[in-house]
Amino acid sequence: MNSKTQNKVAIGGLYGIAGFVVLILLALLGFILVSGVPQLSWHFLTAPGKAFLKGGGVGVQLFNSFYLLILAMLISFPIALGAAIYLYEYAKDNWLTTTIRTAIEILSSLPSVVVGLFGFLFFVVKLHLGFSILSGAFALTFFNLPLLTRSIEDSLRTISDVQREGGLALGLSRWETVSRVILPAAVPSILTGVILSAGRVFGEAAALIYTAGQSAPALNFADWNPFNISSPLNPMRPAETLAVHIWKINSEGIMPDAKAISSGSSAVLVIAILLFNFAARYLGKRLYKRLTSA
Amino acid sequence: MKSTQQLERQLKRRSKAAKLEIWGRLISLTALLLIVAVVVGIIGFVASKGIATFTSNHVNLWDFLSGKNWNPGITDAHGKPEVGALPMIVGSFLITILSAIVATPFAIGTAVFMNEISPNKGAKILQPVTELLVGIPSVVYGFIGLSVVVPTTRALFGGSGFGILSGTCVLFVMILPTVTSMSADALRAVPRYYREASLALGATQWQTIYKVVLRAATPGLMTAVVFGMARAFGEALAVQMVIGNAALMPNSLVSPSSTLTSVLTTGIGNTVMGSLQNNALWSLALVLLLMSLVFNLIIRLIGRKGRLQ
Repeated sequence: MNSKTQNKVAIGGLYGIAGFVVLILLALLGFILVSGVPQLSWHFLTAPGKAFLKGGGVGVQLFNSFYLLILAMLISFPIALGAAIYLYEYAKDNWLTTTIRTAIEILSSLPSVVVGLFGFLFFVVKLHLGFSILSGAFALTFFNLPLLTRSIEDSLRTISDVQREGGLALGLSRWETVSRVILPAAVPSILTGVILSAGRVFGEAAALIYTAGQSAPALNFADWNPFNISSPLNPMRPAETLAVHIWKINSEGIMPDAKAISSGSSAVLVIAILLFNFAARYLGKRLYKRLTSA
Repeated sequence: MKSTQQLERQLKRRSKAAKLEIWGRLISLTALLLIVAVVVGIIGFVASKGIATFTSNHVNLWDFLSGKNWNPGITDAHGKPEVGALPMIVGSFLITILSAIVATPFAIGTAVFMNEISPNKGAKILQPVTELLVGIPSVVYGFIGLSVVVPTTRALFGGSGFGILSGTCVLFVMILPTVTSMSADALRAVPRYYREASLALGATQWQTIYKVVLRAATPGLMTAVVFGMARAFGEALAVQMVIGNAALMPNSLVSPSSTLTSVLTTGIGNTVMGSLQNNALWSLALVLLLMSLVFNLIIRLIGRKGRLQ
């Protein structure tokens, strides 16, 4: 075989591989949406689940997912922001910084089930928080911190050093330069990173099984006092999220329509993540246009 | 006299900006140290729980790693508890290596296609689709595995359909987008003039790809594959849903078996804190943690070697 035919065969093979991969991925998305979307209805999205009967919804789980997401983001964003600022703006390039970076990398590569087990050991058992939203939010924070820190650091890196020099030349302190000049310029890409990591947190289940628990007690959506046990805002109640729900009903569910509920829930998860993705792209671009003169 | 002292103090006093600077620096440093504390805490806690099996329950480390019977509640003929973790360790490695073997050619092929053959289609179709698939939650993969892959395996090979083969299929699809996008990054980092020089020497496109681009990108591609393997090794729920959860040595690819993560997810809730059954599970978690450190180390070594070349 001369090199020209070889070239043609190889390139044809690569077309085949790429086509096959696209096919797998489309089949996957297609399966989720085709089997899941017909299950979706207002009732399905808002009604509480039923343990033994048909026709339960995922209202409580959906609320729990969002509540946990917001709490986890509220805890992890300030920490990640501070850490990223120190790492990129202050830290000298020495062995200590390298070690800290390694530690963050290790945290990001830990299996999420290990993070969940640590959360179980520390928050649920040692600190007596029990299976609760709070334990879950901390576990998600640990899961999220390294990824968010890295993405914010990358955002800071995209701001050119001219801006920093300009701030310092005007007599601003380093902190003032960061908080008044660099951060505003980095907001669009930080926001994109935050939304993308929110998508990951939203679908996480392994870290939550033993921290936020696997039960979703009925909630009274008229009661917004966080200290009442049936209030949706109570951070000490166990809270099964949508992702955990899919796992739970597939491993030990006894309702007759477990399959339909999981298809519907999977579709909700995937659609939510699609929306997060689009929102990240759209908002990032739009904010960038508004905040800069570009 | 007094007024000069006052003046001196006033002049030497820290300005508002300087105070703010110290505060800002302190707060951001605290945040960073908090993350480090979390890492140390996780490793410390899991390690201290994990070695309890060997220190307080006096299980022999070698028996733990090489024993084939996992039944922590029961003692064997010699009066020793049956805590052989080999079936799970073998299961985890088998499923990781198999899925990496299947995923690597597809991932690298797709990355080459995206980057070298049709950058236009790559940017328009493949890139967004892979990015999206990286974000699909693992339980969704598990659910699809349960409702599509397991019945298919059952129809083709008989048995229950649960097992290493189904797990491999699910993990293959799960790690494919990650490995693809990291491989594409690696290929993108190869300088343009390498390709131009090769083509100018009269090499065909395939020769350029095979002999120049792929060779230059090897460290990056290896990192991508190891990263995919680390993800496959640590994946819990998707695997747990399709592997069958029988703590037996896998004697075929279609017989129910288990991995470290699957035993952990099913077991931790059903054992009492501090008991041998529970400690043995924490030892599995420790093995998982150590393996993820090893994967991290390998990625670092590859990165260092890549820089030296």
